Amino acid sequence: MNAQPRILRTQAEDTLAAEFAAARTQLPGSTAIASAREAAFAAFQKVGLPHRRVEAWKYTDLRALLRSVPPLALDIAVDGVVPADPLIGFDRARIVIIDGVFRPELSDLSGIEGATITPTVELLRADDARIGARLGAIDDAVVSLNTALMVGGVAIDVPEGVTVARAIEIAHVTTAAIGVHVRNIVTVGADASLRVVESHVGSVGSAYQANVVTEATIGDRAKVVWAKLQAEGDASVHLGTLAVSIGKETQFDHLVLMTGATVSRSQTFVTFTGEFARAGLFGATMIGGRQHADIMLGVDHAVPNGQSRERFKAVMDGRADGIFQGRIVVRPDAQKVDARMMTQGLLLSEESSFSAKPELEIFADDVQCAHGATSGQIDDDMLFYLLSRGIPKAEAETLLVTAFLAEAIEGLGDEAIGAAFEAIAGQWLAARGSEAAA
Amino acid sequence: MLEIRNLHASVGDRQILRGVDLVVPTGEVHAIMGPNGSGKSTLSYVLSGRDGYDITEGEILFDGKEIIDMPAEERAAAGIFLAFQYPLEIPGVATMTFLKAALNAQRKARGEAELTTPDFMRRVKVAAEKLNVTQEMLRRPLNVGFSGGEKKRNEILQMALLEPKLAILDETDSGLDIDALRVVSDGVNALRSPNRSMLVITHYQRLLDHIVPDVVHVMSAGRIVRSGGPELALELEANGYAGYVEAAA
Ligand SMILES: Nc1ncnc2c1ncn2[C@@H]1O[C@H](COP(=O)(O)OP(=O)(O)OP(=O)(O)O)[C@@H](O)[C@H]1O
Ligand SMILES: [Mg+2]
Repeated sequence: MNAQPRILRTQAEDTLAAEFAAARTQLPGSTAIASAREAAFAAFQKVGLPHRRVEAWKYTDLRALLRSVPPLALDIAVDGVVPADPLIGFDRARIVIIDGVFRPELSDLSGIEGATITPTVELLRADDARIGARLGAIDDAVVSLNTALMVGGVAIDVPEGVTVARAIEIAHVTTAAIGVHVRNIVTVGADASLRVVESHVGSVGSAYQANVVTEATIGDRAKVVWAKLQAEGDASVHLGTLAVSIGKETQFDHLVLMTGATVSRSQTFVTFTGEFARAGLFGATMIGGRQHADIMLGVDHAVPNGQSRERFKAVMDGRADGIFQGRIVVRPDAQKVDARMMTQGLLLSEESSFSAKPELEIFADDVQCAHGATSGQIDDDMLFYLLSRGIPKAEAETLLVTAFLAEAIEGLGDEAIGAAFEAIAGQWLAARGSEAAA
Repeated sequence: MLEIRNLHASVGDRQILRGVDLVVPTGEVHAIMGPNGSGKSTLSYVLSGRDGYDITEGEILFDGKEIIDMPAEERAAAGIFLAFQYPLEIPGVATMTFLKAALNAQRKARGEAELTTPDFMRRVKVAAEKLNVTQEMLRRPLNVGFSGGEKKRNEILQMALLEPKLAILDETDSGLDIDALRVVSDGVNALRSPNRSMLVITHYQRLLDHIVPDVVHVMSAGRIVRSGGPELALELEANGYAGYVEAAA
């Protein structure tokens, strides 16, 4: 598509090539995995880092944004400072991955009887068929890079009919200026139920780059709640991908909250593989300063009778750039699909920006699809109403912004996760308020 | 309580208030009547500190203090309350959260302790019962899906809780049915006190049957063009504004 011949490589691309060349023999996995790595890196090199002319990355030009690339983490445990837990008080089991390495001794796997946790390295050595199974249709340079360099991560297996009692957090923590490539594999059997919180944090001031790809396969009639918290360190780059297939009559509820990192891109690809499944996909972005955050939510209705809802809210302060790309594909035979997408941006400052890119590719005729996008500032009339009751400006703005985000956060339909995420939104707003007062 | 002298206000290059003179002594209730577009709501916004107006001339003294440079939230804490002609719907902000934030913010600004939750709940319950504001309405987001009359009752509920020194009621009677008009008027009358002043903006004499004013003013083209006793309202009801529009022009 966009594979124009490329002559010049950026410094970041050169570094990645050198890193791959040096690391290829040490990277874990069977010979089949080794050749998959070679193929993936070749695919990456052919197109290079995504740039403006790659439609799917239009607003996140990594060629320009990634000036350099830090050294690879590989299997070294760097052991820098582990940042504070942003979800403190929220009850869940924890799978802790530090600097790309699964750390059982720091994890808490209680209350998740029935589920099995395996380090991804074991799947790589066993040449497990689940590696890459969800990525076939995804043509994305960042995913290719992850396949070439993936080391750590975990596999979570929930067998048929099992309801996992506690939510499971997959906590990704980066403590030093390194490049981390994590691969997680999640399999949820038919009639099973699972709640996942995928979190991403890292040390302040550390220019690390985290590239995390999670492949999830969700069986028929299963119920999965998947919340992602991107609260990476302020100097970092976050590249996150979730590729998920959902079976017949499945309910998949997904929320991405983006608030950290200097540059971030979160992409979710949902493929409907069974009929009468429902997916609720929500995004909430809260950024300021010079942050750049891009959420991509893509839905592929490959079968008839699916329902998808995408609702995205972004709040930008300072000189931040918020981006949303929503993609809905309805395949030729996917009749009776009902897909809706709504995007709203709220600009808290003059210099912030919001770009929304809805894409609908509808090949079936008997479908209902709708999308809408708005962008604006805090409503002056509403603000004055609150001020006229004596509520100070910062507090009034906080009330209005909280209300704005609530629709996306509550959309997930999980009260405990919603409360934890709302608390994080509250902290962000409080920090903003105290800056304004200072 | 309130002294307005030669107040001129404009929006962009549009002059709306053209020399308002108005004095409302402590404990009195004054009514303002006047044709559509004469500047009544504008005056209420300017008094409560809404942004976007250029005050080109004149002064507003509240308790003897100039308030033109005071932000809206400080005026509210000082005791100025506006019951909106069109109360705003604020989706996602729970009515109770809003009421508590408003009450406590004003208390804090005055150096008073915040209310405890039970104390707050009790106050809301008492005030809500008097105004026929149901618990179900209080559970909804602020004014969202409220009927016109419900919104107006919610305004008076806020006034009852916030206990302002000066209440400005902008067409609080519009949209009310006969029973609701009585409920709201009773609510307002219950708040009449020797320490509290009110400025009641209305188009209709019938409100003033319930809330009997000490003084009635006529506003036309951005000025107070006549003031008199309650009988002035009856005269206006009978004759309309014909004479005043020309007088002001
Ligand atoms: N923000 C604004 N920009 C431009 N013109 C305005 C603005 N606000 C008010 N006006 C104009 O000023 C005049 C006075 O408006 P205002 O709402 O104060 O009238 P009012 O006396 O309250 O009328 P009504 O009885 O219909 O409520 C009107 O002509 C109105 O169109
Ligand atoms: Mg008016």
